[in-house]
Amino acid sequence: MSKMTGAIYEIHQIDEIAQRKNWINDIHPLIKLIVTIGYILCVVSFHKYDLTGLIIMAVYPASLFILGDLSFLGSIRKLRIVLPLVCAVGIWNPFFDKQPMMLLGAFTITGGMISMVTLMLKGILSVLASYLFIATTTIEKICYALKLLHVPTILVTQILLTYRYISILLSEANRIMTAYLLRAPGQKGIHFKVWGSLAGQLLLGSMDRASRVYESMSLRGYNGTFYFRGKKAIGKNDIFYLLIWILIIGVLRMEVLL
Amino acid sequence: MHMADALVSPAVGGIMYACSAAVAAYSVRKIKLEADPLKVPVMGVMGAFVFAAQMINFSIPGTGSSGHLCGGMLLTALLEPYASFLTLLSVLLIQCLLFADGGLLALGANVWNMAFYGCIIAFFCVWKPVMKNGLSKGKVVAASIIGSVLSLQLGSFSVTLQTLASGNSELPFSVFLGVMQPIHLAIGLVEGLITAAVLIFIYEARPELLQAPQTEGRKNRFSLKKVVIILGIVAVLTGGVLSHFASSSPDGLEWSIEKTSGQEELEAEGDIYERAQSVQEKTSFLPDYAFKDSDTSAGTSFSGIFGALAVVLVCAGVCLLVKWIQKRNSKA
Repeated sequence: MSKMTGAIYEIHQIDEIAQRKNWINDIHPLIKLIVTIGYILCVVSFHKYDLTGLIIMAVYPASLFILGDLSFLGSIRKLRIVLPLVCAVGIWNPFFDKQPMMLLGAFTITGGMISMVTLMLKGILSVLASYLFIATTTIEKICYALKLLHVPTILVTQILLTYRYISILLSEANRIMTAYLLRAPGQKGIHFKVWGSLAGQLLLGSMDRASRVYESMSLRGYNGTFYFRGKKAIGKNDIFYLLIWILIIGVLRMEVLL
Repeated sequence: MHMADALVSPAVGGIMYACSAAVAAYSVRKIKLEADPLKVPVMGVMGAFVFAAQMINFSIPGTGSSGHLCGGMLLTALLEPYASFLTLLSVLLIQCLLFADGGLLALGANVWNMAFYGCIIAFFCVWKPVMKNGLSKGKVVAASIIGSVLSLQLGSFSVTLQTLASGNSELPFSVFLGVMQPIHLAIGLVEGLITAAVLIFIYEARPELLQAPQTEGRKNRFSLKKVVIILGIVAVLTGGVLSHFASSSPDGLEWSIEKTSGQEELEAEGDIYERAQSVQEKTSFLPDYAFKDSDTSAGTSFSGIFGALAVVLVCAGVCLLVKWIQKRNSKA
């Protein structure tokens, strides 16, 4: 599967999961956003040697995967970008921080080793939390939550439009790439002589599409504001969900502090 | 260059969110003032274009490897700075949510490192000055390469600072910087060449999409005189006031020498060094940033102001010389 086909597949898959009928999907998007950001803040605030505290924080993603009936394997794919980056930074810690922390038989575990594992764990937990958020909340609902947070309409509309057109432009780019590769078999990437014309054609097509999009939107009464379907007020269940997680995450974090 | 949540501390993440939010708020205000109804749909589709274009691999001649487009410089050239900043911001948000490329907490830092430098700084420091007197193919190529290299160098420098300030890496600053900057220099060059190729194509096919930045009507607000006065005040303040607080501790190089040799400065022996030192003693009237035979703070302040003025005069001299050579060549 090509990179673009993979991305299109991933977008559709996330869209499908987020639109399921499930109690977590029905929680107010603003509440889920607050809980997710609060959890990530707590995770990254742990000290670099506090491995035990971080392991306990896995309670949040573990519970949501089970209760929300979500596949853990589906989230593993999301770690492919973050983990190499975090490893590239953390892998040097054992070489620079050789402070002995504990003995495991004859093997000395240094501060650098612990901070490396802690860094990786922070990366994994924060990616899982973001995945759980996007897997249970559609992009329209996320934009609605941003609107409630008084993020300017221009920015919210921009995010919605970009998301809406990503699949279309990815398909178009994929067609162009396939056509090119069929005419240039065995070539790695686009030859430099056609760098400009290949990406430029896609760009010009996109600009023309933008004009058509605007004309169609104007004909349908677009006046710069998007109206969200399924607006809902924060209910009792949402408040309960928020309080429960504040309590659990708070207790886990305080336990470690004490 | 996308930073993960694990690499930023809550404090650094929060500060970067505040900085990026301030730029975003200013950009939204600017776009509202433009009152162009077509702008938002164009931004939306262009954001999706950047997303798709980032997935196209461009083979790099002679290396056997391939690179891809990041899009900051391309967007700023087509949409101008504020719209391009918001466009790249939305692309970064979607990448972070859908593909876990970057993190929710690190979003502020990523927006700053890529969108602020790639769109705002690259536009005002490179694209606008280069295109001031109209567009040409050479200018488009030069601006694309310089802009991409500059923005990626600034971005990677910020990544180093943010990671170290967060306390998540044990790598020394110099080592981290030594790894980040050369890699991003190469990435910047490739990004610049791809951007230049695309913009040249647009320049030839649809030149109306690639207009030189409008400078009329803004000259009075931002005249050369005002810039010189502001820079002068900043230089005097920095040199005259802030130099009082200059650290008396050795700088990085002096510290390293002190640690390895036990001396703050290495004494060179030999006839040539002695002659050079005597010439330096006779010519330097502010040795060690103070008056000769005096240890007052006024000497430090005077050194600061004098140093800043000297730098300004040398720069102005070089610029005048370059201008004179250009004029002479154009006449010939």
